[in-house]
Amino acid sequence: MALIGRALLIMALGTAGFGIGASIHGARTGRREWVDAGRRSVYALAALATLAFAILEDAFFRSDFSFNVVAAHSSTTTPTFYKLAAAWSSQEGSLLLWVFLLSLWSSLILFLVRNRAREIVPYATAVLLGFAVFFTSLAVFWANPFTTSANPPAEGAGLDPLLLHPTMMIHPPMLYSGYTLLTIPFAFAVGALITGRLGAEWISLTRRFALAAWLFLGIGILLGALWSYTELGWGGYWAWDPVENAALMPWLCITAFIHSVMIQEKRGMLKVWNVSLVLGAGTLSILGTFLVRSGILDSIHAFGASTLGVPFVILLAVMVMGSIALIVWRRRQLRSDARLESLLSREAVFLFQNLVLVGMVFVIFWVTFFPLISEALTGTKVSVGPPAFEPFIVPLALILVLLSGIGPIIAWRRVTVANLRRNFALPVAAGLVTLFVLLFWPGGPSSRPFALIMFALAGFVLTSVVQELCRGVAARRAMTHDPVPLALVGLIRRNRRRYGGYTVHAGLAVLLVGVAASSSFQHSQDVILSPGQKAHVDGYTIRYVRPVESVSSQKISFGAVLNVTKGGKHVTTVTTTRNFYPSQNQADGLIGKFFDTSNADSEVGLDQNLRRNIWTVINAQPTPLASLINQGNNVFAAYAPQVMTKAAKLPPAQAASAMNTLWAYRDAAVSEIARRFVTNPWPTEFLLIVAPLVSWIWLGALIIGLGGLIALWPVPSFARRRARVASPARPPAPPRLPVREPV
Amino acid sequence: MEFLVVLVVLAAVILFVTAPLRRPAGASPEAKPADANLAELEAAREAKYRELRDAELDHRTGKLSDADYEQLDHTLRGEAIAIMHDIDRATIDPQ
Repeated sequence: MALIGRALLIMALGTAGFGIGASIHGARTGRREWVDAGRRSVYALAALATLAFAILEDAFFRSDFSFNVVAAHSSTTTPTFYKLAAAWSSQEGSLLLWVFLLSLWSSLILFLVRNRAREIVPYATAVLLGFAVFFTSLAVFWANPFTTSANPPAEGAGLDPLLLHPTMMIHPPMLYSGYTLLTIPFAFAVGALITGRLGAEWISLTRRFALAAWLFLGIGILLGALWSYTELGWGGYWAWDPVENAALMPWLCITAFIHSVMIQEKRGMLKVWNVSLVLGAGTLSILGTFLVRSGILDSIHAFGASTLGVPFVILLAVMVMGSIALIVWRRRQLRSDARLESLLSREAVFLFQNLVLVGMVFVIFWVTFFPLISEALTGTKVSVGPPAFEPFIVPLALILVLLSGIGPIIAWRRVTVANLRRNFALPVAAGLVTLFVLLFWPGGPSSRPFALIMFALAGFVLTSVVQELCRGVAARRAMTHDPVPLALVGLIRRNRRRYGGYTVHAGLAVLLVGVAASSSFQHSQDVILSPGQKAHVDGYTIRYVRPVESVSSQKISFGAVLNVTKGGKHVTTVTTTRNFYPSQNQADGLIGKFFDTSNADSEVGLDQNLRRNIWTVINAQPTPLASLINQGNNVFAAYAPQVMTKAAKLPPAQAASAMNTLWAYRDAAVSEIARRFVTNPWPTEFLLIVAPLVSWIWLGALIIGLGGLIALWPVPSFARRRARVASPARPPAPPRLPVREPV
Repeated sequence: MEFLVVLVVLAAVILFVTAPLRRPAGASPEAKPADANLAELEAAREAKYRELRDAELDHRTGKLSDADYEQLDHTLRGEAIAIMHDIDRATIDPQ
């Protein structure tokens, strides 16, 4: 199957290369058959990439260790659920996943626009296939997932334990879907710039894909945060890690685009800005892949490190310089058709919000790359962490939340003071009431000004969104006399972009309240406890009840049962474990390989509700077992070769029996040593955290996702029918404008 | 066997991708700049319709006063009619 896989990749590369040539030739000569051949190349590429990806997944599923990538990233003991995800934990598999997803999204957009935008589409096709050529070339020449070994090992190295988490099944495909979807607006923007067709059409064709990219990237970022919170054992959900930032930057960029593009659609303004945002988001998506795959910056994603830096730098340089050249070339056609009429308008709010979002991108970009810049300038690589980001990001986030509350309650073009007063009175009052109640609340957040302001702004945003929904429902009911639930559904169905957006704003407010509360009012303690001892965190008493251990073929786990009480009343019981996975290093010894501390992960003990999270993790180390482990290593180092030598001289059945006996003794020894954690427990380190409102982050993210889905869902036919005009083939009909219908 | 599978897939890809090139000459209509102009105008018209609906909703939800709405609606309808005239012209005289 490896031969077929390699051949499929080469065919994919050839098909993509042919498609580029055919598309450009078709565009330049106006010959439709060549453009069609280019489009069919994308479909064929999708089929080839799907087949190749299926072959790779099948190899992982069958634990076919003749595939080098399978031997390096999976094992027979890897659960089936994770064997499938192991494909994209590898460099080779992730490059193939990129090509696979890119080809699928490219096929979808080209199928949807097959009879539209005939000038732009061939160039967009060529750009999309250009990305495919780049990633397929990497997969063919640098990191081929189908390379095989003549002498495959009997067992694979296994999946990195940190990746043994349910979110890891979905997190990378979501991020990669976001990245690959961002190439579609990028490709159409390039096509529009080349052809000079810079009106509303390319935007209307790709807006939904930009929104889908925003949604997928957002889900990927959220799942990454959830993984960080429950798997990495440091107690946080966001560390401003370069790879996290790499996904956040294009997400912020495309968020800005989703807003500012409305100004271009309505007013013909901000054409340069919108094209720049799309090209910037596309470039940042490649930068994101580069950061994960190159390993140039220290990251928790060290498992993705490789030597693919140079090709990525070349691609990024081409994208940046090409984008700048195209924008400069088309600067005249990119002039705005109109001017901003008033600073008191939704356009002005969107513009200001765009500046804030792009400001955030610049801050994140600068601080993320500061270690590299400092190394280039001074020779010393400076490390940066959250304190380098927060002084800039926190104030910008506050402004962003404020604007997300103003946007829904301010009209397009212009507003009067009377309207402002009418629309702002209730939300501003809600924000002020929140502020003063919390300011004078005993033990409230008055000591943390940023958190206090965030809570007040969230009150403002949520009230403005609820007010908008209530007024919309009232307006609809005045016309249809529907009951409230029906009127609400009807209102949202007819105005999905608007109310989907408002839902996202509400979700953002909820999410940022969770972030502000959990980061400002978190209580944590690093303690060393023996069974029976207790620690006190934020009024909670956490008692180490008893140690637990388990031994399986996959891992050895040392854990602790913790009892949590408050004021003498039982609150919850949680269990946290530290898991050690067998190492492949022979130097660790036949017993020591099962207690490899460099190949370990944590399972947190978590009790969460909407009010607070109690988060615990054990950092058990097998250090006190070192002498026993060494003894075991010595015994088996002496005994095992003798058994193996004797077994080699026996008939196969007896040899297998002798070896099985040896391994049974070894397993018994490992189990007995591990059992000491329970029978002779030693003081163990714990990290104990009590943080308020963490669940609001996940709840807010769910609301944002719901809003994204509402906005992304296709507009029903009844809302579009007014937009129909006479067919171009018929004589021109008199202009028909939208009639006033229920909102 | 694997080699045979590769050959079959290769043949299928070549046949599929090059199928449009084997069509009789002139079977595919050429892309004309006029089509692109019309498509751009239609997209602009859709956007203008959305703007009209948004203004109406802004008015009904109290974000626009009656006077502001009347003026804005008048302006937007004028802009929409201008776009529709452009569409008519592009339809009658594609050049």
